[in-house]
Amino acid sequence: MNGEPNFSNRKYIIGGIAFCITVVYILRLLSLQIMSDDYKKNADSNAFRKEIQYPSRGLIMDRKGRLLVYNESSYNIMVVMNEQRGIDTLDFCQTVGITRDHYIRRMDEIKAKPNYSRYTPQVFMTQIPAEEFSVFREKLFRFKGFSVEKRSVRHYTTGLAAHLLGDVGEVNDADIENDDYYQSGDFIGKLGVERSYEKQLRGEKGMRIMLRDVHGRTRGHYQDGRYDRAPVPGHDITLSIDMDLQALAERLLEGKLGAIVAIEPATGEILCMASSPTYDPRDMVGRNRGANHLRLSRDPMRPLLNRAIMGTYPPGSTFKITQALLGLQEGSITPDIAFPCNHGFNYKGLHLGCHGHASPIPLVPAIGTSCNAYFCWNLNRMFSNRSKYHNVQEAMTVWKDYMVDMGFGYKLGVDLPGERRGMIPNADYYDSHYRGAWNALTVISISIGQGEVTATPLQICNLAATVANRGHYYIPHVVHSIKGGQLDTLYTRPHRTRVDRKYYDLAVAGMRRAVTGGTCHAANIPGYEVCGKTGTAQNRGHDHSAFMGFAPMDKPRIAVVAYVENGGFGAVYGVPIGTLIMEQYLNGSLSEASEKRAAEIQAKRIKYGDYVR
Amino acid sequence: MSDKPLRYPAFHADGLTIVLYLALIAFGWVSICGASHELGDTDFLAWSSRSGKQMVWIGLALTLGFILLMTDDRYFEALSGVAYWLMMALLIVTPFLAKDIKGSRSWISLGAVSLQPAEFAKCATALAIARYIGRFGVTLSDMRSLMRASAIVLLPMVLIVMQRETGSALVYLAFFLMFYREGMPGGFLFTATAAIIYFVVCLRFAEDLMPMTLTPVGEYCVLLLIWLFTTGMARVYCPHTPHARRMLLWGGGVFAVTYLMSAFIVPIDVAWGGITACVGCAAYMGWQALGERMGRYAFIAIFALGSTAFLYMTDYTLNNILEPHQQTRVRVLLGIEENISGAGYNVNQSKIAIGSGGLEGKGFMNGTQTKLKYVPEQDTDFIFCTVGEEQGFIGSAGVLLLFLALILRLIHLAERQSSKFGRVYGYCVLSILCFHVLINVGMVMGIMPVIGIPLPFFSYGGSSLWGFTLLLFIFLRIDAADRCRLR
Repeated sequence: MNGEPNFSNRKYIIGGIAFCITVVYILRLLSLQIMSDDYKKNADSNAFRKEIQYPSRGLIMDRKGRLLVYNESSYNIMVVMNEQRGIDTLDFCQTVGITRDHYIRRMDEIKAKPNYSRYTPQVFMTQIPAEEFSVFREKLFRFKGFSVEKRSVRHYTTGLAAHLLGDVGEVNDADIENDDYYQSGDFIGKLGVERSYEKQLRGEKGMRIMLRDVHGRTRGHYQDGRYDRAPVPGHDITLSIDMDLQALAERLLEGKLGAIVAIEPATGEILCMASSPTYDPRDMVGRNRGANHLRLSRDPMRPLLNRAIMGTYPPGSTFKITQALLGLQEGSITPDIAFPCNHGFNYKGLHLGCHGHASPIPLVPAIGTSCNAYFCWNLNRMFSNRSKYHNVQEAMTVWKDYMVDMGFGYKLGVDLPGERRGMIPNADYYDSHYRGAWNALTVISISIGQGEVTATPLQICNLAATVANRGHYYIPHVVHSIKGGQLDTLYTRPHRTRVDRKYYDLAVAGMRRAVTGGTCHAANIPGYEVCGKTGTAQNRGHDHSAFMGFAPMDKPRIAVVAYVENGGFGAVYGVPIGTLIMEQYLNGSLSEASEKRAAEIQAKRIKYGDYVR
Repeated sequence: MSDKPLRYPAFHADGLTIVLYLALIAFGWVSICGASHELGDTDFLAWSSRSGKQMVWIGLALTLGFILLMTDDRYFEALSGVAYWLMMALLIVTPFLAKDIKGSRSWISLGAVSLQPAEFAKCATALAIARYIGRFGVTLSDMRSLMRASAIVLLPMVLIVMQRETGSALVYLAFFLMFYREGMPGGFLFTATAAIIYFVVCLRFAEDLMPMTLTPVGEYCVLLLIWLFTTGMARVYCPHTPHARRMLLWGGGVFAVTYLMSAFIVPIDVAWGGITACVGCAAYMGWQALGERMGRYAFIAIFALGSTAFLYMTDYTLNNILEPHQQTRVRVLLGIEENISGAGYNVNQSKIAIGSGGLEGKGFMNGTQTKLKYVPEQDTDFIFCTVGEEQGFIGSAGVLLLFLALILRLIHLAERQSSKFGRVYGYCVLSILCFHVLINVGMVMGIMPVIGIPLPFFSYGGSSLWGFTLLLFIFLRIDAADRCRLR
C-alpha cells in the first residue's frame, strides 16, 4: 500500500501458534481427565487434608536449672457444621459448662467468621483444661460433628517474675502479616522473654497430609507420609535470673512502687529484675486471660509496666559517679582538688543546697558524702572552660557523648521488649529550649542527676556494673543459655567506656567511702567490702529513694540498684533493700537480723497520693 | 445502500465476536457460581455472594461495552497519548495509595470496591503503541522504531513490577507477538523462545543421566536442540546452499560417534561430543560469514555459540550463584522438586480437581474438590479447575475452543482493518488474550509456572472483566467504523 514491507503472511504463524497452544492444552486435558484414572480416584475417594502438628514450646528455667515455665495439655473443641446435627444441645452445654444462650451465640459467631466453611473444623471453645476435658471425651461419640484438638498451654511454677517471663496469647492480624509462620489461632509470645525469644521458643510446626474421603473420614497418610513433616520442639531457655533473689526482691517491693535490678558484672547477666506492683503470671493463661488483662491494664498503678526497663526516673545522686569519671577524664577536676561547700553551691547568685559536712572537700569524700556543690563546681568548670571548648554547646556535646558511652540516653539493648531510652539532653535540646541563651549555671542540675536527665533502673544498675568492672560492661541480658542454640554475640562482647581505669579506681574508692563513712553506712555486710552510692531524686511528689552498689569491692559478684518511688532519702528504702539483695546473693541466704529487717521492709507501705502517675 | 451515510456504525460491530464474548462471560459466571457457593445455598444473585457481585460487574461491563460502541472511534486514537501518560502517572502513584495485600501494592480502594490500575494500563498501552506504529514510516524491522516501541511497552512493565505484581507485568511480553506481526525480525522471537526452552529443558531434566553415558538428559537434549535449531536456521535463511546439509551430517556424525563410543567402549560424558558439534557448526558458519560477508551467516554462528554459552551459564548460575532457597524456588517453579505442602500444593490440588471431572464432569454445583475449598483462589486465578471439575473434558475443551475461535476471529478482524492503527491495536488485543489464556490455563493444568494472572472473562473481579471489555470493545468500535467507511 504505502511501500512498507508487508508481513501479512505472519498472521498464519500467529494463528498457528494459537491453534497449537489450544491443541496442546486439549491433549493435556485429555490426559488429565480421560486417559488417567489417578486424579479421579484421588478426588473421588480421597482428598487431601493438611493437619498441622503443633510443636511443644521451649521450657524456661532459672540460672540454677529450676523449672519456671512449662507446657500442659489443654484442648480445643472443634465443630464441623455440616456434620453437626441432631445432638442433645442441653446435654452438650451441661458437659462443657455453658448455657444454651452461649451455645447459640457461639454458633452464630462461628458462622460470621470471614473464613468460615461448613466443611472444615471450626474452633468452638478453646483451652479446656485436662480434667474438664475427660468428662467431655466420654460423651464425645454422642456429639456428632464435634471433635477435639490438642494444644498446649503455658504453666508457671511460681507467681513470680511476671514482667520477665511474659506470656503467650493468640496472634493478632499484624503478627500474621509480619510473619508467614503464623496462622489465625496460633499462639505467640506477647511480653517478656516469651516475646523476645519467640523464635527460639516456638519450635517449628509439623504437618501431616492426610487423605480423607467424601464423608470427611481420614483414610491414612498421603503417599505413606512421604511429605509429612514432624514438628520440631522449641529450644529450652535457661535464664540468668536467680529465683531466690527474685523472690526476695519482689517481697521487698511489696506495697511500694519501684524496681530492683541486679547484674553479675563479669558477664552482664541480670540476676534479678523486679518491678512493683506486679501481678501473677498464672492469671494470664487460660480462659480468664482477657478479663485479667483488661483489669491490669486499667489499674492506675500500672502493674503491666516493667519499671526496671520502662520506668524513666531522675537518677539523682547515683549519677554523680558518671560526673566524677567525666571530670577526671576531661581534666576539669583532679583527685586532689577540693571545692568549698557552704551548705550548697553558691555562685553568681545561684544557690543549690547541700547538707552539712566538712568543707572544702576533695573527690573521694565528696562522693562519700554525696556533696552537691562539688559536682556543680565540676560541671561549671568544664562548661566554662573556653580554652578547651569553643562554646558551651561543644562542652555539652562532649558531656552527652560520655553519658551515652556509659549506657545512658539510649536503649541498652536488653533482651526484653519495651525498653525505654531515658533522657540525656544535648546542646540542640537546650538551644531550642532556651533559644541559645544558656550556660553552665542554667543546666547545673544535670550534674547531680536532676533536671532533664532521666534513666531506667537498668541503666543505673549498668553504671554500677561498669564501675565494678572498672570501665567496661556487657549489655545486660536475662538469658543465660539457649539449649541447642547460641546467645547473640551482642551480649558476650564487652563495651569499654572512654574513661581510664585509674579513674574508675577513684570512683570505687568514693563508693567504698560512702559505705564506710558516708551516706550509706547501713549498707555494710559483715565479711564483704561493699561499695555503694545513695540517690535522693527530687520530683513532683515526695523524693524517690535510690541506691546503687556492688560487692565485693575486688572481684565484684553482684551489682544492684534499688529504686523506690517517693521513698524519701536514699538511705530510707534504697540502702536497706539493695543491701539485703546483695547479702542474699553473696551468702545464699539472709542472716537472722537481716531476715527481720526484710520482714520489716516488706510490711512497710508507702501511701501514694492521687496524682496521676 | 452504499451511498447512504451510515449514522449508527455501532450496529456494524462484529456480531460473531460479541456472541463469543457473551458466551464466555456467561460460562464464566456459571463457573463462579460453582466455585464460590456451598452446597444447598442457591441464592446466586444476593449481593453478599461472589456470583451476585460478579453479576453486577457483568452488568456494568455490558454497559461499558455499549457506551464504547456509541463513542466516535476517532477519540480513541486522538486520546491515546493522553490516556497512556495519565495511566503511567496512576501506576506511579498506586504503590503509595494502595494497601499492602499479600505483599503487592496494586489495588486502589474506592470505598466498597477496589480497582487494579494495572488491568486498565494494558488498554492504554495498546492504544499508545498502535498509534506509534500507525504513524507513516514506522516499521518494526527498523531497529530504531523497534527500540522506541519496546520502550512504550517496557515502561508500564517496570512500573507494575514496582507494585510487586510480577505476573501482571509479564503480560506485557504479549506485545512482542504483535511486534512480530508488524515486522520485528523473526529471529528475535525464535531466539527468545529457544532460550526459554533451553532453560526449562536443561533444569527440568538435570537429574537423570542418559542411558549408558555420564551426561544429564537435560544438557544432552539442549545440545541436540541447539544443533537442530542451527541447521534449521541455516536451511531457512540460506536456501540453495549445502551448509545446512553439511552441518546436519557432520554434527549428527559427531553426536552418533560419541554416543556409540560411550555405549560400547567406555561410558563417557557425551556432552563433549555435543559441544564439539555445536561449536563446530558455529565455527563453520562463522567461517562462511567471513568468506561470504553475509550478515545472516554471522547471525546463525552467534546463535549457535550464544546458545551453547547460555546453556552452561544457566547451569552455573543455578548451582553456584543463587542462594539455596532461591534454587529451591526455581526448581519448584519448574516442577523438578515436588513441594506438595508449599507452592506445589495449589497446582497439585487443581490438577486433581480437573482430573476428577472426567469426560462429562460432575455437573453444575456438584464439584466436591472446589466445594471443599481444597483449591485456593478457586474463583479468581484457578477458576479453570472449576470448569474442569464441573463441566468435564467437554466443557473445558469447549472453553478452550471458544477462546481459540475468538482469537482467530480477532486475527481476521485485525487483518481487514484499513488503517495500520486498527490492525496493530487488534493484534495487541488478541496477543494479550492469547497470553492470558496460555499462562493461566497452563498453570492450572500444571504445565506452566504459577503466575497469578486472571483468565479473561472468567475470573472473579471487576477490574479484570472491565479491562478486557475495554480492550475488546474499543477494537470492535474501530472495526465497525472501518466497515462503515469502506462501504
